[in-house]
Amino acid sequence: MDILSEPWPWYISGPMIALVMLFLILSGKEFGVSTNLRTICSALGADKASDFFKIDLKAQRWNILFIVGTAIGGFVASLFLSETSAIPLAENSIQILNSYGFTDAGEAYVPKAFFSFKQLVENGNLIYLVLGGFLVGFGARYAGGCTSGHAISGLSNLQLPSLIAVIGFFAGGLLMVHFIFPLLFS
Amino acid sequence: MKAIKFLLAGIFFGIVMFKSEAASWYRIFEMFQFDAFHMYGVMGSALVVGVIGIQIIKQFKVKTFENEPIELCEKQKGYKRYLFGGTIFGLGWALSGACPGPMFTLLGAGYLPIVIVIISAIAGTFVYGLVMKHLPHY
Repeated sequence: MDILSEPWPWYISGPMIALVMLFLILSGKEFGVSTNLRTICSALGADKASDFFKIDLKAQRWNILFIVGTAIGGFVASLFLSETSAIPLAENSIQILNSYGFTDAGEAYVPKAFFSFKQLVENGNLIYLVLGGFLVGFGARYAGGCTSGHAISGLSNLQLPSLIAVIGFFAGGLLMVHFIFPLLFS
Repeated sequence: MKAIKFLLAGIFFGIVMFKSEAASWYRIFEMFQFDAFHMYGVMGSALVVGVIGIQIIKQFKVKTFENEPIELCEKQKGYKRYLFGGTIFGLGWALSGACPGPMFTLLGAGYLPIVIVIISAIAGTFVYGLVMKHLPHY
């Protein structure tokens, strides 16, 4: 159990993600998590607002089950397979984050400044989670996929559009971390 | 009952997302800082196995478990939607520290404020559906 409860090295984790994708392909499906956000919209009645949400909900049932599983997996991993949730973060990242006021960098799985309801309200960080989530949902659908659909499935199938999307993911991420974070947090 | 395998695949994926720390806001920050190889290793090794796996499926015309032919969908040509949409996604990914899979992993792991991110992501998807006709795609 020691091996399981340590953080998993990249060379174990990465191939396992690929196995998930290959399993779904062999099941006649495709690996794409953000599609579920569209399915949820449709199930909530968004098909009345836009034809984009007129989809066959039954055909998406397997994928909804997949994300229910993803949540259960998070529960299982955090409860039974982890002795510590500290992240062995690089020293340079820790120093920058400390200067931004993220005092638990290297000691916690996610920053308390973002993942405690109390601090979200007190620090006004709530708006960042709302904005961040909105951009992820909007951007994933605009780009036609997220990390699973483009960075893993698309690139594995050598799709040029997916490469462009992944370049976009990084352009956006680098812009946020290097230019916008210093404005927001320092 | 055939659907249960997708639930199990999701559970496996959720465990991998948590244990690989791909669901950690901090790891995403560190990745965009280029301070560690970890996340690049996760994605790079996933791609090595993924590319080889898909090549095998194509070369040997591997069938699905139900013995149907496998048709991998080709992404539509063009670049605007991928570049613009991708950049918007990247901004949100770095800010919220979660892409769509890890959002659900974090929910299960008990980091409840992630609910705010999930609801906002659903809202973002909805707004895209409303305005998509006015956006450049190809």
